[in-house]
Amino acid sequence: MKKRKNEDVIKITDLSFAYPSQDYVFKKFHFNFSKGERIGLVGPNGSGKTTLFHLIMGLLHPSEGKIEIFGKERKVENDFVEVREKIGLVFQDPDDQLFSPTVAEDIAFGPLNLRKNHQETKKILKETLEILGLAGFEDRITYNLSYGEKRLVSLATVWAMQPEILLLDEPTIWLDDKTIEKIVQILNSHPHLSYIIISHDKKFLKETTNYVYEMRNGKIKIKKK
Amino acid sequence: MVNLIKEKFSEGDSLLHRLDPRVKIIVALFFSVIVAVTDKYTSLSVALLFAVGAVAVARLETKEIISRLLVVNSFIFLLWLMLPFTFPGKNIYTLGSLNIYQEGIKYALLITIKSNSIILAGIALLSTSSIFNLVHALRHLYLPDKLTQLFFFTYRYTQTIHSEYIRLNNALKIRGFKAQSNFHTYRTYAYLVGMMLVRSYDRSKRVYNAMLCRGFKGKLWTLNHFVFKKSDFVTGMVMISCIIGLVLLP
Repeated sequence: MKKRKNEDVIKITDLSFAYPSQDYVFKKFHFNFSKGERIGLVGPNGSGKTTLFHLIMGLLHPSEGKIEIFGKERKVENDFVEVREKIGLVFQDPDDQLFSPTVAEDIAFGPLNLRKNHQETKKILKETLEILGLAGFEDRITYNLSYGEKRLVSLATVWAMQPEILLLDEPTIWLDDKTIEKIVQILNSHPHLSYIIISHDKKFLKETTNYVYEMRNGKIKIKKK
Repeated sequence: MVNLIKEKFSEGDSLLHRLDPRVKIIVALFFSVIVAVTDKYTSLSVALLFAVGAVAVARLETKEIISRLLVVNSFIFLLWLMLPFTFPGKNIYTLGSLNIYQEGIKYALLITIKSNSIILAGIALLSTSSIFNLVHALRHLYLPDKLTQLFFFTYRYTQTIHSEYIRLNNALKIRGFKAQSNFHTYRTYAYLVGMMLVRSYDRSKRVYNAMLCRGFKGKLWTLNHFVFKKSDFVTGMVMISCIIGLVLLP
């Protein structure tokens, strides 16, 4: 089989999805994403941006259509176990993401699920905290952190799983300029990382992504380069 | 409630704080069972002394301990209102049309000593470990995963529901709500409780989804492992021997 360099890692064809007793969010929806891409996703509230992320992660299932990720069709819960190990979704609300008492425990949760041993996990923990500028946060209690710190720690919990693709849902919302700048720097200092970012922050998207896609009425199109 | 969430007692450097949580759980369980089944006053009085001693060794804040004991004893107080008048036995005093029975008083006293001993021992032994360490310890003691997770998430979501409550309560306050004894207040509180349930249910679903996204497959792995030291074994054995000694008292 011939493999192209820019193979689609996420390929969604003819997808339809509606929440119970509501109108279709997606009808015959198409979307491709290749490794190495860094794209932004904009669109009005309720246009299905977060829903798209949840469909990719297998938290929601389409009524029709095909979702192929890493060259395999993903249909049932078990298909998505591998997806979740390689694609990292950072939720919009950090209180949904953090559930362990301490920062260290929460960041270790992912790597331990990937069956990393303790030495590896502790190494990953240390590196992740350093990369995200959170060194010394190990024993902090997660629910006593400030909002900005919580956002960075939630990013750290996903980062620690060393995902191939990151899905960030409104990573800058309610953050101050300094923290946003920090996230920009982190993303830009890892040029090999692929990601999709949902955001309404035009400046942020300009600094971190190559393309911006717009979602509207269940369709997606390239807005600008 | 807030103190439970903050695990106020779990930080410290006393002998009991340093003791392996597995040993503490076993000793606490053994102590509770023995105290619960013993009916001898001498044994129970010494047990109460042990429990008070343990709290002293753990060097915990007295004020906080007393406020926790007050909660338990408010329930026991209800027993004192009932038992002396209803438990059949020797009538020692007549208060108007009510008879006070000796057996009733004895029985209420027994329950008071037992519950206070068990609670104090529980505070000294269990609340000196963090919840996460207790969960790990239970796993190491081969308690089924489902039970340990149930324990952990009950703790975790008590906190979530509590913060949800504070948020909603603030939303009420800033719009000038004042609790009174009228229909408006009852209805508002009913909405508050209903909303709390719905919101925390939704929240728990989202947290579970977030956990799935991070590769959760039904097992909580532990970051820190316990090291079972010789001193843990010795302390544990001394404590168990003391408890056995309780039973053997005349």
